[in-house]
Amino acid sequence: MEVPILKQGGHLIAAIQAALTDADLIRLQDALVEQVGRYRSKGVIIDVTALDVMDSFATRTLRSMAHMIKLRGAETVICGIQPEVAFAMVQLGLTLEGISTALDLEEGLALLNRRTVNSNQSV
Amino acid sequence: MEGETRVHIGSEIDIIEARERGRTIGKLVGFHPVDQTIIATAISEIARNIIFFAKQGTMSFEVIAEGNRRGILIVAKDSGPGIADISMAMQDGYSTSRGLGLGLPGVRRLMDEFQVISIVGKGTTVTMKKWVAHYD
Amino acid sequence: MSKRDEPRVSESEEVVPNEPRSELLRQLVAHLRDNRTQLRQEWARRITQASLLTAMSQDEIFAEATTIYENYVDALESGTFEALQAYARNLSERIIPRGVETDEVVGIVLLLRDVLARSLFAKYQQDFALLNRILDAYEPAANKIANTVAVSFVQERERTIRQQQEAIRELSTPVLQVRERLLILPIIGVIDPQRARQLTEQLLRGIRTNRAKVVVIDITGVAAMDSTVANHLVQTVEACRLLGAKVIVTGLSPVIAQTLVTIGVDLAKMNTVGDLQGGIEEAEKSLGYKVVPGER
Ligand SMILES: Nc1ncnc2c1ncn2[C@@H]1O[C@H](COP(=O)(O)OP(=O)(O)OP(=O)(O)O)[C@@H](O)[C@H]1O
Ligand SMILES: [Mg+2]
Repeated sequence: MEVPILKQGGHLIAAIQAALTDADLIRLQDALVEQVGRYRSKGVIIDVTALDVMDSFATRTLRSMAHMIKLRGAETVICGIQPEVAFAMVQLGLTLEGISTALDLEEGLALLNRRTVNSNQSV
Repeated sequence: MEGETRVHIGSEIDIIEARERGRTIGKLVGFHPVDQTIIATAISEIARNIIFFAKQGTMSFEVIAEGNRRGILIVAKDSGPGIADISMAMQDGYSTSRGLGLGLPGVRRLMDEFQVISIVGKGTTVTMKKWVAHYD
Repeated sequence: MSKRDEPRVSESEEVVPNEPRSELLRQLVAHLRDNRTQLRQEWARRITQASLLTAMSQDEIFAEATTIYENYVDALESGTFEALQAYARNLSERIIPRGVETDEVVGIVLLLRDVLARSLFAKYQQDFALLNRILDAYEPAANKIANTVAVSFVQERERTIRQQQEAIRELSTPVLQVRERLLILPIIGVIDPQRARQLTEQLLRGIRTNRAKVVVIDITGVAAMDSTVANHLVQTVEACRLLGAKVIVTGLSPVIAQTLVTIGVDLAKMNTVGDLQGGIEEAEKSLGYKVVPGER
């Protein structure tokens, strides 16, 4: 299933709609990395509200996605992780170290906007 | 609700199918939503290992009862390359696929009972159980 | 073939037809009623002697003994156990909070059975055949009574324990919202893995419903933690973060800090603040509230 990527302000929002296969995740990664470059986005939000399982493969892919996006000069925020999913993830031993997280899309956008303002100030 | 159901694991789509099957059975047996997610996550890890390392296999699901407790039994079988050193594979961070190496040890933490039997060149069988927790 | 299968010779040497069982029970009940005062006293004496029901005073024991005795004899007479069962429940409800244990209750009922059997023995020892028939009528009923009382007690006890545990759990796991987007989870008492898990689930749900951004977990009230529970704490902190909430841990005792270090936790990566008040101030700061220093 294709994940739609929306542009909002200077940010990109990837809204995952349903469970993804590994191939879908890899496609999402490629698309995001490409679009961050094309639109010179400063921030990317990956909304995972619809995911009812996050296993080690999905976590690893999200991590490497965030890493590649960072290399292209943008921040990644993962938002919408469900409480049950978070609970299972930590028991499995999965973390999203080094990646920002937010409760939902609204919070994610607020976080990115704060970050962007701060980094503008510090320039 | 007695008897077992089986899912063939041959492609990534089957991973999703298998964890949905596990979640449905988990719900029927009376697992708490958090435990349903835990079961689905464990299934996802084990099914993915089948695809990754053995290309294909099967996963069967069964409702089990023992005394006054009920639970789910999941057996994953493949005829892939097998695991040479199981105790190594069960350690956090051990991976031959540049993965996080958290699949097997993580699933052991998620489930109540967990067993891996593997013969190099013959295949791997993973057996896992979870019991409905009683909060009383 | 074993010997057992051979036809048995009649055990009774008398050919006199026996009284029906109900007639025996009637005699028995009459005897127990006629001698109630003395038998009750004997029973109470034996209870004290056996150091049972030490949580109760002599007067209390005697008062309860009186009622149980009446119920006991009624049950023998009528063959119905509902009234006795109800009384046993009621009694259990009253004495369980005082720490009376199951073996004590079983003990006193067995003592009564014994006291009564001895008295029957004394009365009928001249006529052994009759005594045997009386005891045959008495034993099953007495056993049934002992069972009824013990089962009522155990059920009541389990119910009480369940209730208490629930109450304690609810009392000791409040997720408090002190300010918008700020939750406090004060943990008090012993945490076992099951409770740790419930705490985490409750907290994660709380974060979602209250849209919390900062959580202060105060463990001042926790004396010690084994490594399993310490691991749970670390997982809880991590899970909160996955939901986008920052966690501040306060009231970490040196012993627990040591446990965390032992299981490989990097304390520098965990936000820890000495006490709850400090933790709340820190939380308010990160929420953008202005904190007036020295406001305590
Ligand atoms: N079904 C299997 N057949 C053959 N080898 C397996 C199988 N399952 C696991 N293994 C071996 O055990 C190792 C550990 O498995 P585990 O699932 O813990 O980690 P991973 O799959 O490599 O990484 P991750 O699951 O974190 O993405 C694997 O790297 C692989 O060598
Ligand atoms: Mg794996």
